Amino acid sequence: MMPLQLSGPMEGVVGFSGTQRTVLRLLEPFTEGPIGPSDAALVRETDDFHQALVRNFATAVTIGCLPSPQAGLQNVASLPASFGYLEHGDIVRLDLQARKVRSLYRRNSPHNYFLVTERCNHYCLMCSQPPRNVDDGWLIDEIASCIPLLDPSLRSIGFTGGEPFSDWQRFISLIGLFGKSLPNTRIHVLTNGRIFAQSKPAAAWAALANPNISVGIPLYASTDVLHDYIVQSAGAFDQTVHGILRLKDKRQKVEIRVVLHALTVPCLEETCRWLSRNLPFADHVALMGLENTGFTLANQQLWIDPDDYREVLAASVQRLVEAHIPTSVYNLPRCVLDPSVWPYAVQSISDWKNAFLPVCDSCAERPRCGGFFSTGRPRFSRAIHPFPSKVN
Amino acid sequence: MTKFSPAESYAPEAEELQLLPIRFENLAGDRYLVTNDVGDYLVTSRGELNQIVELNLRPGDGVYERAYSRNFITRKNNQGQLQLIALRLRSRMAFLRNPTALHIFVVTLRCEHSCPYCQVSRRSADKSRYDMDDETAHRALDVALSAPGTKPKLEFQGGEPLLNFSLIKDLVLRAEEQGRLRGKEPTFVITSNLALLTDEILEFCKQHDISLSTSLDGPEDLHNRNRPRPGGNSHQLAVSGIQRAQEILGVDKVGALMTTTEASLERPEQIIDEYVRVGLGGIFLRPLSPYGFAIKTKWIAAYDVQKWLSFYERGLRYILDLNKRGLRFTEFYAAMLAQRILTDRPPGYVDLRSPAGVGLGALVYNYDGKVFASDEGRMLAEMNDRTFELGDVSTDTYRSLILSDKLIDIVSSSLTQCAPMCSTCAFEPFCGADPVYHHATQTDFVGIKPLSDFCRRQMGILRLLVDLLDNSPEDAAILRTWAAQ
Repeated sequence: MMPLQLSGPMEGVVGFSGTQRTVLRLLEPFTEGPIGPSDAALVRETDDFHQALVRNFATAVTIGCLPSPQAGLQNVASLPASFGYLEHGDIVRLDLQARKVRSLYRRNSPHNYFLVTERCNHYCLMCSQPPRNVDDGWLIDEIASCIPLLDPSLRSIGFTGGEPFSDWQRFISLIGLFGKSLPNTRIHVLTNGRIFAQSKPAAAWAALANPNISVGIPLYASTDVLHDYIVQSAGAFDQTVHGILRLKDKRQKVEIRVVLHALTVPCLEETCRWLSRNLPFADHVALMGLENTGFTLANQQLWIDPDDYREVLAASVQRLVEAHIPTSVYNLPRCVLDPSVWPYAVQSISDWKNAFLPVCDSCAERPRCGGFFSTGRPRFSRAIHPFPSKVN
Repeated sequence: MTKFSPAESYAPEAEELQLLPIRFENLAGDRYLVTNDVGDYLVTSRGELNQIVELNLRPGDGVYERAYSRNFITRKNNQGQLQLIALRLRSRMAFLRNPTALHIFVVTLRCEHSCPYCQVSRRSADKSRYDMDDETAHRALDVALSAPGTKPKLEFQGGEPLLNFSLIKDLVLRAEEQGRLRGKEPTFVITSNLALLTDEILEFCKQHDISLSTSLDGPEDLHNRNRPRPGGNSHQLAVSGIQRAQEILGVDKVGALMTTTEASLERPEQIIDEYVRVGLGGIFLRPLSPYGFAIKTKWIAAYDVQKWLSFYERGLRYILDLNKRGLRFTEFYAAMLAQRILTDRPPGYVDLRSPAGVGLGALVYNYDGKVFASDEGRMLAEMNDRTFELGDVSTDTYRSLILSDKLIDIVSSSLTQCAPMCSTCAFEPFCGADPVYHHATQTDFVGIKPLSDFCRRQMGILRLLVDLLDNSPEDAAILRTWAAQ
């Protein structure tokens, strides 16, 4: 069980003089179309090289072991074979100093997202993307430089962090720019929502007037102390609730996210009662299985077998559904869910880290199942089992 | 390396905690109901209630969590919960944004039934005197369509309104035409005993999407005893009318109301079974109201609140049991109260509001052109008490009626939010002001609550519902589905 390798060391770099870091869109050299300064030929075999030269590419990205006849090409970066999944139209970042590559956008994936910053004012016990206090403001510029390289028919994109609104003015401008270039793309931003407790960011967000944007905001409990403890920040609950209200007051789309673990599950039904009573206008509530990675690895006391919250989850979903709140269950395979929850269970795990177990091969539900995370150190429920094919 | 802080470090200091406005009431023994302005509620012991009031709370003790998540306590300088309460209060009061959504036209006071409990004091003859004339009807419609809402509900009542069906037809066509000009989409209801229902009337109802509301008091013998008419066949006509309407208009287009008489008290199950048999989706278990012939004939005095409450509880529990056995059937009054208890959706029912629904919720255009603040207000007028007569369609406009000193006085003096014994009542967020009832029984818009049968009835039902929600998960689940409808 291995996730797709999204980042790693490069095998070789030639050229790129004076550049620290660059964003490249990979193009098959045999396809037609204009070639811009950020376009690189995607080279898998020697023929591709010749074609790249014929088409006057300045830059090429090679994958796997190739002889290096790069004569005529200014810049060539060589990636290991594990990046063989890269395709025409994908975007990568080359960090030339560190000799590393990162996949930023895969044109054929439904699960693209941009990391906006690693900075965060939360320090969640189960953070899957542990924050770092670094000066990474360049990331927003980099994302801006990717916008013209994206496929205009892109259906949806995510923005995540860190806390994307750490530098809210720049981030909101970025989303404005994005919306202008790709007006039909759905934009989903994961944020703790605290910034919107202030009126100016809330007003600036609403002023984008883009009906395709929504924010996903975590709320882990119906009480301040537990939520603040989970996110490791005093005053978080108050500001997040206030922020959600400001956004809804301005008719912005807000999704509430609850991660299921040993601290949230005991009060899950109460949390959902609270949501249905206090935030029935939430556009969506996602109850999300825990990804055993990041800080969770250091906080294994958070692990709880989904089999142990099967009934609680069913009752909690029921609470939300009764209040007519659109509800989904994320990240959990069907065999750990009460059948009443199945209609709400979504195949939510990003393609690059979604996996199944050998035992799943014979399961009749597999085509509809959310499967597992392959990241971190996956832990599996005792209840995992295949469903037999229905014989009628 | 401990880079994570322990839970205790996020606990509030004692002086940081703050009590938000709450009310409480003893339920029974050591059980107390605690509520706030937006209907969050909790059942506690006296010890727990004291803990909340004294802010003697620590996270993890369970009481802190329950009190916090009901918005009974907050931390000083916090904003989120206060904003939540403000927003939810606004939702609960949202009926004020759409004033006077209901317009009742008494197209005739004549009726071919002679029910001894008739609360509207129907007449049996004199068409010219007790039928609404065209001119009055047109003026009334003009007032109705001048109200702010874009989806006014026009209800045709009597007497028996089908005795003046030609006027209903005229009003429906006119309302549709004028609605188009004014950008409004009126909806229509006829409240009828269905004895005079014809295929032609049903066809008209179908064409104009008119709903029917009728009376069904239970099994044949009980119904016919309560609702005599020449031929003694009221039940048969009502049932066949309901069934024809279900067939032609659709099951959701016809509903029935029952009125509890002394003879009903021992028969709630049979009454409900009759509703189920006829294919109705629910029942509204209603007491008699102190108006009209119900007083004259002393039927109203034949049972007291306690007897009625026992009847209601027996009926409600029977209905809940039917639901547990898989039948979907609703008791509409419990559903309405459950909605008040479990959600912030504004009440559609005009009698469970404060500010009161008089005028602001409904206006009644009497056959003679007089305009009343509520249906019960015109019932009082037939008893020579014109307190709730706001004006006359021949001289008044919607504005002059709704802004009349009389109406403002009635509404502002009956607010439960500040009425004695309501303002401190834990059930206040679930209840409403009924100035007409209290005027009728105590000649005062507020009334002395310990003497009010309205209050006793409300308290009795609300205690029952809170008890079911708190102690009976299976019943609670059913009540939650009713509240969500």
